[in-house]
Amino acid sequence: MPEIALEMKDITKRFPLVVANDKVSFTVYKGEIHALVGENGAGKTTLMSILYGLYQADSGQIFIKGKKVNIANPNVAINLKIGMVHQHFMLVPPLSVTENIILGMEPIKNNIFIDLERATNKVKEISESIGFKIDPYAKIENISVGIQQRVEIIKILYRGAEILIMDEPTAVLTPQEVEELFEILRSLIKQGKTIIFITHKLNEVQAVSDRITVMRQGKVVGVKNTKDTNQEEIASMMVGRKVLLEVDKKEHNFGKTVLKVDKLNALNNKKLPALKEISFEVREGEILGFAGVEGNGQTELVEVISGLRLAAGGKIKLYDKDITNYSPRDIREQKIAHIPEDRRQRGFISNYSVAENLILGSNYRPPFNEGLTLNFSAINNHADKLIKDFDIRPSDRDNLLKSLSGGNQQKVIVARELFGEPRLLIAAQPTRGLDVGSTEFVHKQILNERDKGKAILLVSADLEEILSLSDLIAVIYEGEIVAILDPKKTNEKELGLLMTGSVRNNKFPKKK
Amino acid sequence: MFGSIFNADFIASSIRIAIPLALAGLGGVFSERSGVINIGLEGIMLTGAFTSIAVTNFSQNPWLGILAAIIIGIFLGLIHGITCITFKANQIVSGVAINLFASGITVFFSWLLFNETQIMAKISLPIWGLSIPNLGEGSSFLRSIIIIFAHHSPLVYLTIIIFILSHLIIFRTPFGLRLRSVGEYPQAADTMGVNIVKTRYIAVITSGALAGLSGSFLSLEQAHFFVKEISGGRGFIALAAMIFGKWTPLGTAGAALLFGAGEALAIRLQGVLAIPVQFINMVPYLLAILVLVSAIGRAIPPAADGIPYEKEVG
Amino acid sequence: MKAAKKIDYYSFLEKITPLIAVIFALLVGAIVIVIIGEDPIYVYKILFSNAISNRDGWGNVLFRATPLIFTGLAVAFAFRCGLFNIGGEGQVYIGAFLSTWVGFTFTNLPAFILIPLCILAAAAGGALWAAIPGILKAKRGVHEVIVTIMMNWIAASFTFFLVLRFKAPATEAMKAAGVKQMIPHTKEIAQAARLPRLYDIFKSINIDFPSYNQVNVSFFIAIAAAILAYYILWKTNLGYEIRAVGYNPLAAEYGGISVAKNIVLAMVISGAFAGLVGTNEVMGFKYRWRQELFTGLGFNGIAVALLGKNHPLGVVLAAILFGILNYGGAIVNIFTEGRIPRELIMVLQAVIVIFVVISDEVVKRLIVKRRKLT
Repeated sequence: MPEIALEMKDITKRFPLVVANDKVSFTVYKGEIHALVGENGAGKTTLMSILYGLYQADSGQIFIKGKKVNIANPNVAINLKIGMVHQHFMLVPPLSVTENIILGMEPIKNNIFIDLERATNKVKEISESIGFKIDPYAKIENISVGIQQRVEIIKILYRGAEILIMDEPTAVLTPQEVEELFEILRSLIKQGKTIIFITHKLNEVQAVSDRITVMRQGKVVGVKNTKDTNQEEIASMMVGRKVLLEVDKKEHNFGKTVLKVDKLNALNNKKLPALKEISFEVREGEILGFAGVEGNGQTELVEVISGLRLAAGGKIKLYDKDITNYSPRDIREQKIAHIPEDRRQRGFISNYSVAENLILGSNYRPPFNEGLTLNFSAINNHADKLIKDFDIRPSDRDNLLKSLSGGNQQKVIVARELFGEPRLLIAAQPTRGLDVGSTEFVHKQILNERDKGKAILLVSADLEEILSLSDLIAVIYEGEIVAILDPKKTNEKELGLLMTGSVRNNKFPKKK
Repeated sequence: MFGSIFNADFIASSIRIAIPLALAGLGGVFSERSGVINIGLEGIMLTGAFTSIAVTNFSQNPWLGILAAIIIGIFLGLIHGITCITFKANQIVSGVAINLFASGITVFFSWLLFNETQIMAKISLPIWGLSIPNLGEGSSFLRSIIIIFAHHSPLVYLTIIIFILSHLIIFRTPFGLRLRSVGEYPQAADTMGVNIVKTRYIAVITSGALAGLSGSFLSLEQAHFFVKEISGGRGFIALAAMIFGKWTPLGTAGAALLFGAGEALAIRLQGVLAIPVQFINMVPYLLAILVLVSAIGRAIPPAADGIPYEKEVG
Repeated sequence: MKAAKKIDYYSFLEKITPLIAVIFALLVGAIVIVIIGEDPIYVYKILFSNAISNRDGWGNVLFRATPLIFTGLAVAFAFRCGLFNIGGEGQVYIGAFLSTWVGFTFTNLPAFILIPLCILAAAAGGALWAAIPGILKAKRGVHEVIVTIMMNWIAASFTFFLVLRFKAPATEAMKAAGVKQMIPHTKEIAQAARLPRLYDIFKSINIDFPSYNQVNVSFFIAIAAAILAYYILWKTNLGYEIRAVGYNPLAAEYGGISVAKNIVLAMVISGAFAGLVGTNEVMGFKYRWRQELFTGLGFNGIAVALLGKNHPLGVVLAAILFGILNYGGAIVNIFTEGRIPRELIMVLQAVIVIFVVISDEVVKRLIVKRRKLT
């Protein structure tokens, strides 16, 4: 019987609106990689946050190596040799790798100063023990996401972690980086560590875990040995029903070219090239999906086309009209709509009401603005109509946006952007963070526009979404298009390879 | 003519004018490095200036006056800290309130204790260092060296020590590392067990102490008296110096010297060029605006500067 | 249903935090008065009763409230665009000076032209002075707090220089006494540029009112300005855009709103409000420019705006409260034969600001907590 590293018994945790953990029992053996799977909101992160001391359970017990413990805060967890790598990295960008690792536990010389030499040596030592080199002096803001994750791992090893919790670690990695991560995990196991791996990606669960605990709606619904089960069984345990991403896409012909981007160049916020002579077209009734790992230029591409960023070179044409470097207002006047990737930052004004948000972008024009005053009856009628058509809840037009759920906030944005019959719709990460119902709704709206003959530029990190919605897929890597593919003739694996630059389609040679 | 303007006296003058700016600016560095904007440096400087004269005159001891100024600075820094850190109120508004408070309370006590609004310092601090040889006696180079480096109020030497210590503290000690992490990304620091609240309080109280000290130099050493609004906007110019100095102690010191030189130059030019004195008076403020405009894009504040820390609760 | 009522209760609390703050501040003030050795009840009685018990008192209160309405509106309006206009002092100086200059330069114009011209000049002067930090912020992203404060000091020096250029000639009495002009002030503005006092208006309709009371037509200009501010902010597209920029400049930009343009416009309008102080102090009272008339008005405007929750109606009410405190403070100073300095009021005002800000946050957090439970 393998040794039990930790046991959580009958953990219950309630939040104001939901029971996140309902009498959850969770056991992990020493030396195993244990996958904790479930959909968004199943309770996995809450459970692990309790283990790491970020939350306190309402009831239940935790045993580490058979001894009952009370984990009141992360410091206690660290002392119990538990370490957590969060989904959003907890790294300070302007500080160096070493400084981030030693923060809070700095080695001291002369009783006052930080012993940087000892610190860097320790960092090098730990990283080499799990099989890679790292530059201890590099600043976090200058290194890639994959390497940042390794810094997070070294950070918890530096504090002597024996039990490592990894929360959705592959969400931000390319397929190749995922493989490298798995190698690191395997060498950690060889050193006798125990790993808990939170994910909803079942192929990874298959590839690397020893045992699986499945959670659904706050409860544990099953615990299995990985080799005794398969992805279908796990998936149906996760959702309780068979899941098929069914999308009803009709076949039709495409019309004239609506958007023509020609050799577009642009810089990112660090003044480095983000787009390198990008060229593509989108036709009437067509959805062009951009697949790519975040940070390869998609954000800048959307910003340049929507007028939020200057183009450094090249042209953008809408039906033969040159709209390069138009202001956001002029872009809107050309009937181009934009569902922004960061809805909270860009998409709405949280202190404005639903009605006020629904006129954003057309507020200066009749019928909403007449001469010196705003026309409130026009604004209110407009709001009531859109609330009804798009089933925005709650239905009071004077509600402030900040009181609406994420899904309804996105509905407000979609309603506003689609009203006015845009000729081109730019949809950037349109279903990020949304639940299943809202996601289906947004997909329906996008396909509706497609059927009406509009051109749609879709940018998404969700490969399933790209594959199911797009008529054509463009893969973007380091600011260049490296492939244009027919979704029916490709798959996630090929896209993954293209997205990481491991493979290049010969029609798209690398730009100098 | 050039020589008569840019001589050793000019440099010594620049240093003296720079001291209050540098100290207050250093206070700003500590505070903002932890993520708390402190616009109240001006008010704390003013209160420190009044307190040091009042206590000096009553106790006949300028060192007690300086100590009192530091204590009052700590107290005001604490108020700012409570408002901004514990109550998470708007940091700029809190700073403005401190300035309003300082303006009122200094004149209030001025009337109450002295029955007037202009108070002369009864005692000054002694000059430490070597005495300046007379013109013509011995090497003029040596004379210059003494004027610039070895003939100052003890507060000048204290300031230099404070700056060196601050640099070491911020960049070489664990406290400094934690300070910087709290100002850049407090959520990360929190998960590493750093006490955000304690760090910020220490930083803000330090900034108050430094601003109070800067005020005591202003009234005891530079002006030798207190009059209402004697701080004259220096607390804000100090912030410009901090920005220009990229939120580092040494950078702030350099920027403060720049301002000091600018003001010293303007004063000297007044005799040479026929510019009305009111325009000469504008120079420090115009310089500050120029500095701010040029620093844009090049000087980036700590990322969490001005944002109250909220623990993410489920 | 019960939960909805609870939230309404907290919204009500949010609106009366200024009152809570004032009460706290008065308590602090009482403690200070006791420390000085006076009787707080006696002091507060004098302070308030003189201000509100008779027409003369009210006249004085409104006279002192008028400039605070202007500077309070200036701060509040800029704040709605997310801007901290601490430059009210300088904008007041410059606006008032420009108005005065027009008043003593174009002496041949009749009143119905000269008065509007002077009012316009006051607004224009303030607007121009505020445009500079506005443009710097809009175009270069320079934070307006330090720039506006620097502009205050520059304005003080600059107007001092101007006053010396446009000095009023020494009067015969002064010449006889051999006294040179002690406090610099400008020449007087033309008769046609002066605003009538409330006394004059009341006299013409046979209402009794002290002739020495300084409250004048400018008070009504202030009320009109407050109504205008409300109208712009909530009834026009300009206001929609300004407030959008104030709440979320990124979303505003995304929505096609020009952030730069609105920042400049907000500062310009804000400065214009501040400049209008000249209508009260110069056109309606002293008829010449003297720096002492204006000191502190800009900064007090900040306190007024905060107390009035950056809303024009709140600004008017807060300004009247501060008018009561100011006038009351002066009376108290006289009644206690100087034992209680007027600056006590300044201290009270600062304490009010701190308490307003703190109680705002406390109530805000209570509301958020309650909302989460429903």
